[in-house]
Amino acid sequence: MDHLQKLEAHSVYILREAYREFKSLSMLWSIGKDSTVLLWLTRKAFFGHVPFPLIHIDTAYKVPEMITYRNELCLKYHINLIVGQNTEALANNETFLGGLDRLACCKRLKTEALVNTLSGAWERQRLDFETGALVPDKSREVFTGVIAGVRADEEGSRSKERVFSARDEKSEWDTASQPPELWNQYKTEFAPGTHVRIHPLLDWTELNIWEYIEREKIPVIPLYFNHGDGRRYRSLGCWPCTKPVESDARTVSEIIDELKSGKFRNIAERSGREQDKEGGGTLEALRKDGYM
Amino acid sequence: MKRMNIVITGHVDHGKSTLTGRLLADTGSLPEGKLEAVKAMCAGNSRPFEYAFLLDALADEQKQGITIDSARVFFKSLMREYIIIDAPGHIEFLKNMLSGASRASAAVLIIDAKEGIAENSKRHGLLLSLLGIRQVAVVVNKMDLVNYSRDVFEGICRDYGLFLAELGVQPQHFIPVAAREGVNLISNSVSTPWYTGKSVLEALDGFDDEQSLEDKPFSMSLQDVYKFTENNDERRIFAGTPSSGRISAGDRVDFLPSGKTSVISTVEGFNTEQRFSAGAGEAAGFTLETQVYVKPGEVMVKEGDESIKVSDRFRANIFWLGSRPFETGKEYKLKIGCAKVSGTIEKIEKLIDAQSLEKETDRKGIRRHEAATLLLKTSAPIAFDTFDANEPLGRFVIIDDYNIAGGGIILDALEKSSVKRIGVYSNQEIELNRFIRKHYPHWECRSIEE
Repeated sequence: MDHLQKLEAHSVYILREAYREFKSLSMLWSIGKDSTVLLWLTRKAFFGHVPFPLIHIDTAYKVPEMITYRNELCLKYHINLIVGQNTEALANNETFLGGLDRLACCKRLKTEALVNTLSGAWERQRLDFETGALVPDKSREVFTGVIAGVRADEEGSRSKERVFSARDEKSEWDTASQPPELWNQYKTEFAPGTHVRIHPLLDWTELNIWEYIEREKIPVIPLYFNHGDGRRYRSLGCWPCTKPVESDARTVSEIIDELKSGKFRNIAERSGREQDKEGGGTLEALRKDGYM
Repeated sequence: MKRMNIVITGHVDHGKSTLTGRLLADTGSLPEGKLEAVKAMCAGNSRPFEYAFLLDALADEQKQGITIDSARVFFKSLMREYIIIDAPGHIEFLKNMLSGASRASAAVLIIDAKEGIAENSKRHGLLLSLLGIRQVAVVVNKMDLVNYSRDVFEGICRDYGLFLAELGVQPQHFIPVAAREGVNLISNSVSTPWYTGKSVLEALDGFDDEQSLEDKPFSMSLQDVYKFTENNDERRIFAGTPSSGRISAGDRVDFLPSGKTSVISTVEGFNTEQRFSAGAGEAAGFTLETQVYVKPGEVMVKEGDESIKVSDRFRANIFWLGSRPFETGKEYKLKIGCAKVSGTIEKIEKLIDAQSLEKETDRKGIRRHEAATLLLKTSAPIAFDTFDANEPLGRFVIIDDYNIAGGGIILDALEKSSVKRIGVYSNQEIELNRFIRKHYPHWECRSIEE
């Protein structure tokens, strides 16, 4: 087995453990390359099926193509999609463009929306397969297990994550006392009130993700490619905070070349993200409160 | 390119994060600007720059200058891609060190040349041997603080080598290093003209890739059974990751410990060409010719294969991480492969002490951070193997209060304790029952062996 086959097998094993152990499981889908690979691995694990809903937290500041792509893909594969949003913060203009700093905006639009969507405290929407539109979700199911496409090589606090990472009732992450994980045995027993983030992609690098996309021919959103203006997105997020990079890569294999030996060989992936730059430890602070 | 996981362990302040940070910097594995950014941060806070700051990413770690949790760090040599697991050395974070180390196929053990062999240097050596990590390089760090003294280096090599030998660990290398100065990390340095062995990077590249167990008899702990009804999917799929061997469509299989049998009908996949076999390490799925009912955790083997043991008693080496002791007479949950079973300590044979390696007996419980050899008894027979023969089926964890509180490796299987069936069914009856279940599964005859 080569390294991609090993990574795939390990991630599939983790997904199957999660599915076996959690009655109420969901998967975060940001529409980006990592969570799209995660969706593909899910279909690998369950032989074409996606046996739990995908959750998308819509900040209303996503690049518009992302939303179109999201709905099309879920309709095509008949995947249950739940959408959560902090409608109150948006209505009151409590965002970066409305004057908040970037981290406060992340906290309002992402962290709070995520926590309250998972707990069922806020209204959720789901994609209706008949009409292709979002409709109110009648279910208030609490998701105690949440799969996320976090990678250890993205950023310092993620390099220290567990595969099964417990959060307490307030969704807080206690970095100093994470439970042990030995070999391929993970923490799957829980006190009531805990919920768990499951991270099947921790051992993948950005390069591994693209190599796998190429090998499996996984469809990804076209924003990752240069369409003639010499720019493309390397990492996707909200448009006020995520900028395209200058790049001529038009295909997956050109992206791989760029990462292996080209201009991005030594440039951190999230260098286009403004919220990472506001002082040391900030993403860790966000994540302690429940940020992805 | 191949990939290998390496754990860096050793006592607190012996220089693990510094070694890892410097290795990243010297192999050009850091993202552009990272080194400069950390240097600027240090200058801004009026503190000297440390390579360790490249890794200690948590706010508390930087404040206290200590590694709290293992970081996964990616870097590449010309030979291989590595995940370096920088494990904490502080005793309080031993569970984090073990979490990191259990993922590794080789280890670098660091000892401070000036301070010498510390308590944790020994404990970490012991734990690596209990985790089954056989490839080890010992790095004697901070050689600059002892004027690159050959005598100091050789003294540590001798003492620590003897200690590891008692544990059955044979280090492949002893390397004198000054991590902060970059001495003997990438290539040999003029500071130690008397040293002609390998540099740290050369030692890593010299480690062997993990051995596949594909040449051994087939075994797979059943992870789950799927029946997805969407899109009229009729398949009932038996899913799992084989730990050893290879199995093909048409092969007859037994499930242990239930003894149920069937025949592999198809090998399933998604987005792949049609396949007819699956082997060790692949996340696989099979359909069977007969619809047997088996529970997750049963081990699938080729029909009649007896290499996998079935018993409710075994001898194991364990290490304990729980805040409450691991006690005799109390029931715990054990996880072996995908099986969960309750179990108790039948007998503590000996305590394995990291300091003296003396075998203390007469203990009723195992305290936090201790290791022991003991006999365990499970509430029902389970299928497993010894760690030496089949690593994935020879290791287990112990759950206490929702947490993984200990881990262990199985040394050997003991006779089944439950002999109550003898006198109820004769051997002939048991054999007849087996024969019927194997060859006439559609009669759905129940096993009389439970």
